[in-house]
Amino acid sequence: MIGIEHYLTTASILFVIGIFGLFLNRKNVIILLMSIELMLLAVNINLVAFSSYLGDLVGQVFTLFILTVAAAEAAIGLAIIVSFFRNRGTIAVEDVNVMKG
Amino acid sequence: MNILIITFYLFSLSAIAGGLMTVISRNPVHSVLWLILAFISSAGLFVLLGAEFLAMLLIIVYVGAVAVLFLFVVMMLDVDFSTLKAEMAGYLPIALLIGVVLVMQLGMAFGVWSYAETALGAREVLANSEHHNTKALGLILYDRYFILFQLSGLILLVAMIGAIVLTLRHRKNVKRQNILSQIYRDPDKSVEIRDVKPGQGL
Repeated sequence: MIGIEHYLTTASILFVIGIFGLFLNRKNVIILLMSIELMLLAVNINLVAFSSYLGDLVGQVFTLFILTVAAAEAAIGLAIIVSFFRNRGTIAVEDVNVMKG
Repeated sequence: MNILIITFYLFSLSAIAGGLMTVISRNPVHSVLWLILAFISSAGLFVLLGAEFLAMLLIIVYVGAVAVLFLFVVMMLDVDFSTLKAEMAGYLPIALLIGVVLVMQLGMAFGVWSYAETALGAREVLANSEHHNTKALGLILYDRYFILFQLSGLILLVAMIGAIVLTLRHRKNVKRQNILSQIYRDPDKSVEIRDVKPGQGL
């Protein structure tokens, strides 16, 4: 059996790649959303690994809920991007300044 | 035993490669395809960990729905991605710096990590080999976590309504069915009897 450390290392590398993508793609909101999905995937791998190695099923239930929320978040995010693109004709992050926030 | 390790490294490396290419790929369509590779490899990792239901869910929900949604939006928006990508090199140093710092922090935390003494005692639901994974998950999901299950359904409903409200728009010059005017239509006024003379027409 492979040690849990291997899974944790994979998950942490994926998580760091997600954060790396957040800083690298400052212009493109769609790739930012994809990076967030990657980070959520890394968290899911962590949860499932611990659930499997400790023999506790709650981790998998929690992963299920994370999948649900991530799917809802992707749907809402993409809808916001579509309506923003309709109004402004761009999806660059620095052009998102309508509300002067 | 050996094949297990080879499979693990295969899936793990392809997940990491998929994630990395998602982030640095120049074409967003390629990004989505690499993201799908990362999801499928993670589903393979889930199968190796014995979470078959979640693996299939990852493939069905993520590859089948979320990634296709991303693909739709990328192809639907008419964005000039080459100009968006042109300034990517400027952000590379800060992104690399933050990535390396995070990797070092995670590595340092990992070096001193060990199971807590109470970890095994704090388990909520022990997995038994009596049921297979899907049945065991269902037994606790519909029992102990029923409220959370219903609430996550509510979250999905709200997300669906929100996405529809955000993207729906009414065009002006499109004819639509007006149901009320159809219902309130008077039969006496809608039919008219004309006496047509032969050879003349109306």
